[in-house]
Amino acid sequence: MSETLKITDLHVAIEGKLILRGVNLTINRGEIHALMGPNGSGKSTLGNAIMGHPSYEVTGGAIELNGENVLEWDATGRSRAGIFMAFQRPMAIPGVKMADFLRHATTNVRNPERKEGEELIPMRQFRKELTEKMDQLRMDTEFARRYVNDGFSGGEMKRAEILQLAMLRPKFAILDETDSGLDVDAVKLASESIAEIGGEQMGILIITHHDKLLERNTPDFTHVMLGGKLVETGGVELARELYTDGYDRIRTSYPEAAAAEEAMTEVEAV
Amino acid sequence: MATDITEESSLGEINKYDFVTPTTAVFKAEKGINAEIVAQISEMKNEPGWMRDFRLEAFKIFESKPMPKWGGDISLDFQDIYYYLKPTNEQGKTWDDVPQEIKDTFDKLGIPEAEKKYLAGVKAQFESEVVYGSLQEDLGNKGVIFTDTDTAVREHPELLREYFGKIIPSTDNKFAALNSAVWSGGSFIYVPPGVKIDFPLQAYFRINAEQMGQFERTLIIVDEGAEVHYVEGCTAPMYTTESLHSAVVEVMVKKNGRCRYTTIQNWANNIYNLVTKRAMAYENALMEWVDGNLGSHLTMKYPAVYMMEPGARGEILSIAFSSTGQHQDAGAKVVHCAPNTKSRIISKSISKNGGRSSYRGLCKVEDGATGCKSNVVCDALILDSESRSDTYPYIEVEEQDVQIEHEASVSRIGEEQLFYLMSRGLTEAEASSMIVSGFIEPLIKELPMEYAVEMNRLIELQMEGSVG
Repeated sequence: MSETLKITDLHVAIEGKLILRGVNLTINRGEIHALMGPNGSGKSTLGNAIMGHPSYEVTGGAIELNGENVLEWDATGRSRAGIFMAFQRPMAIPGVKMADFLRHATTNVRNPERKEGEELIPMRQFRKELTEKMDQLRMDTEFARRYVNDGFSGGEMKRAEILQLAMLRPKFAILDETDSGLDVDAVKLASESIAEIGGEQMGILIITHHDKLLERNTPDFTHVMLGGKLVETGGVELARELYTDGYDRIRTSYPEAAAAEEAMTEVEAV
Repeated sequence: MATDITEESSLGEINKYDFVTPTTAVFKAEKGINAEIVAQISEMKNEPGWMRDFRLEAFKIFESKPMPKWGGDISLDFQDIYYYLKPTNEQGKTWDDVPQEIKDTFDKLGIPEAEKKYLAGVKAQFESEVVYGSLQEDLGNKGVIFTDTDTAVREHPELLREYFGKIIPSTDNKFAALNSAVWSGGSFIYVPPGVKIDFPLQAYFRINAEQMGQFERTLIIVDEGAEVHYVEGCTAPMYTTESLHSAVVEVMVKKNGRCRYTTIQNWANNIYNLVTKRAMAYENALMEWVDGNLGSHLTMKYPAVYMMEPGARGEILSIAFSSTGQHQDAGAKVVHCAPNTKSRIISKSISKNGGRSSYRGLCKVEDGATGCKSNVVCDALILDSESRSDTYPYIEVEEQDVQIEHEASVSRIGEEQLFYLMSRGLTEAEASSMIVSGFIEPLIKELPMEYAVEMNRLIELQMEGSVG
């Protein structure tokens, strides 16, 4: 049986303000889904809610991983169960070296039952694997000695996120605008890397505004989010239409969601 | 157990060297303080008249001085403290007398047996006596003096007297006066011109006096072009039976000399830790204080560097960790008395479980000290909503042509940082611990390896809440 991340009628609020108003989405392992939509439509909110950010309150609906209730787990539990999110703006952790952080993270994700203080992956084995992965991503080994995201350029941050994806090998990955802030070459490299890491092994949800990331990661499904709902689902041709023509047709076709979007953006402007 | 045998034989060894003089053995310490007790302390130590007069004068100053008006709430009954611990008591103390909780902490820290006993105030391990002996010989050949301050009063009176109480006069503050009146133990170091000691001198090696006493007095003289790194304390909780620790540390760094003084201390929760530390740096000399403070009920400590001549530099790196019932009022002072002097202060504090950390710092530039540069960075990390952090920077500049920078940041352990690390499979506790260890990394990397390891381990234990 294929593994499934299933989201049903998901409602999510931030500080009491409703952002997601009933999202339905099923991702099977091995599938690539593109999630598109105007800014502020709730795409990142969906990612954060799946990952278990404590500020994102699930007020209704369900998230299940192979039938298990994901909402009962904190972010740690979700990560160890095989869910990953590459952040749009990952946090800096000054003073903590990438290598130390990754060794902890990799150990925990690979041995979900590990208790605090128990042995980490042997240093030699870990180093070898990390060096290989960094070579593949054309990252300088010096990178491992830098502090996590501290003083990283936009491009470096995104590559560091992809490196984590490669090391942690999740079942399901959400990539939140992993292409933003990258130049053409960097996007190409990121795109190739994701295709290489992902393959049949992962179910991937790619949040993007552009087409570059999707060139090598052809989506099986494209979803459009508007006003906190997935209003339309199609194939790769839908993604092409959206980044060429924008969202005018979508707004016209779904006036109710468009109105909700307008209301949400107005509150933000105030 | 083999260690018991070692203990027996080492005590025998100590007696052979006649560490206990008959006079001290009969001394009856009384609680409280008055001129008579001060005179008695001097008498017990067989001190010269000048030191006795110095103590008595300091006692008068102590009586006349008000309590500090800054810092924390000091509720001490000066008459309820022993000012001179009976050496007979000290010698009689055995491993069995050390409280179990202290032993457990040592075990958790993985401290070697010999060091544990030393830390708990159990004197005289045979092994360190040997180490100390060979160290003394090596240093002695270079003209270096490394001894306890009591011995220095007897054996190096001229040298000691030239500097003793000159950098921190008894009139400086109430607790410096108290220390001057009742001091005992501490280190005395003299490094002759041009001599560079390439390994850290550690108080640990110097075992023949009450070096970890309540009122230790340390004096370091680094002569022209000489270099030394002195390390005191340890990351294990210091065990004392009294509630007040009040030390005075004076450092003199002459032209082109360098001195680094590293302290890591972790006091029991009932201790008032009120310490005065000051260095004077002369032409092109460098003085560095590395100061880590954990534990205690209240710590007030502001290591100072006075830059006396052109080109002198002062650097102070301090860290404070406070938890339940603890207040760390720590910081630094830099005083630019001459042109083209430079100072840098990095202060980091962590508050947890209702602990309070304050940074209190002074940057002063005197009239005529042109071209000075000072950079102060203080960062506070607050782990929960019960804890508190304050910053009190004082800047007094009497000169136009200077460059003074002050940056302060206070951050709560960010929900976003925690979430980020947790989304990578770390538990909340592991994530907090990692954020904290990253926060103090700039200090840790300045420590000698063995202290860095212990300090990291200690912070981990603090984060688990299993210590203190």
